[in-house]
Amino acid sequence: MGLGISLISFLLVLAVGWIAGIVPFLKVFFMAYVPYVALAVFVIGLIIRILRWGRSPVPFRITTTCGQEKSLPWIRQNKLDNPSSALGTLGRMLLEILFFRSLFRNTRAEFKDDRLVYSVDKWLWFFSLAFHWSFLIIFLRHFRFFTEPIPSFVGFLQNIDGFFQVGLPIIYITDVLILSGLTFLFLRRIFNSKVRIISLPSDYFPLLLILGIATTGVLLRYFFKTDLVAVKEFTVSVLSFQAVSQELINKLSPLFAIHFFFVCTLLIYFPLSKLVHLGGVFLSPTRNLANNNRMKRHINPWNYDVPVHTYEEYEEEFRDKMIAAGIPVEKED
Amino acid sequence: MKLYDGWKITIGLIIFTGFFTLPIWLNLTSAESKVKPKLVYPEDAKECVEAKDYMNHFHMDLLNRWRDSVVRMNVRYVVRNGNILTHNGNKLEMSLTLTCLKCHSNKKNFCDQCHNYLDVKPYCWDCHIEPKGGSR
Repeated sequence: MGLGISLISFLLVLAVGWIAGIVPFLKVFFMAYVPYVALAVFVIGLIIRILRWGRSPVPFRITTTCGQEKSLPWIRQNKLDNPSSALGTLGRMLLEILFFRSLFRNTRAEFKDDRLVYSVDKWLWFFSLAFHWSFLIIFLRHFRFFTEPIPSFVGFLQNIDGFFQVGLPIIYITDVLILSGLTFLFLRRIFNSKVRIISLPSDYFPLLLILGIATTGVLLRYFFKTDLVAVKEFTVSVLSFQAVSQELINKLSPLFAIHFFFVCTLLIYFPLSKLVHLGGVFLSPTRNLANNNRMKRHINPWNYDVPVHTYEEYEEEFRDKMIAAGIPVEKED
Repeated sequence: MKLYDGWKITIGLIIFTGFFTLPIWLNLTSAESKVKPKLVYPEDAKECVEAKDYMNHFHMDLLNRWRDSVVRMNVRYVVRNGNILTHNGNKLEMSLTLTCLKCHSNKKNFCDQCHNYLDVKPYCWDCHIEPKGGSR
């Protein structure tokens, strides 16, 4: 069910991109104006989402940690999985953000001979790491179309990415990895019944959309080529707020229009969906708080002022009566 | 509006916005962002070995096939239907130096124009001697 809705939505986006690529006046609109809307929605939307998270108080340290906490001196602390200092927490966050530490703990549960068996399963970790890193590197490599002069890291990334020098244009390792990663993540949601039952349209759709971006990108690079000089003139114009001429837009192929519209759709969809985990991962309370519950007092931020009557005040008030009744008091006078 | 860990979140958001809009800042601050490639085509030769559109998109593919054919199969001339093709009166030899560079002799005004603009670093010149501009 969720898959059907996602497929239809994806095909709709594809159709809009394709129509935008072949109908001249729509093409101008989609190429010259939509990217600004997309960029604004993406940046402002993401900021709003993060600020909304920032406004929620975290009442106490959530100690769902995965190692020995700081304890007696002769018990060895697991400083990365259960940090008690800011530095250790930084290390845990880096492991989480750069290497998906939590996902590395993924296990598979299945019935074998009527017994529930858990086993190690690293495939999800491997393919999602491959996909995310490839996506980042591909985005950074695209800086060759975004700016003039081109930043030097682009050449460096291209050299490493095309290390094997297979084919011409050289096949990039990240192109292969992103497609295999996305395919794995997508097929996992379809063929793993335990995952399929909890999958929603918002799980399938972003996978299909990014798969669409990667596929059209690969097609543009290796098979149905477009005028790259025109593409760069176009993107640089858009990214420096210069007017884009009709003549230039006419040089861009329909396939490029589809690729471009997919990216705009992703940018708009991003802050409205689960994809904000790009920013949200930094705010994971189980990862970014040091486990120092027993060393520091953490006051619940939504505590209001309670009028308290301390024991000292109580004794002061009833001291005579307590002494008379033979109840021990702390201060006799 | 109370923002918990406000300064950390603010710094993070500034880094994110700055990084994501980096291409815009780079383009707005550089004078080169309006420079476009200008190809100088040879004046004496009229036509290339293939159509202009094909050469535009697939010249690297053609060169790669030529390389494989010459270096790995020792087939040096383009043969179609059993006959060696001719180009500008000569037998069409699969050679970067003897065929392509004969007309496109100025690397700086031809190859480099688009390659530099798009950060393409072909490894032709790992083996071939780079033509040092000017006409021969």
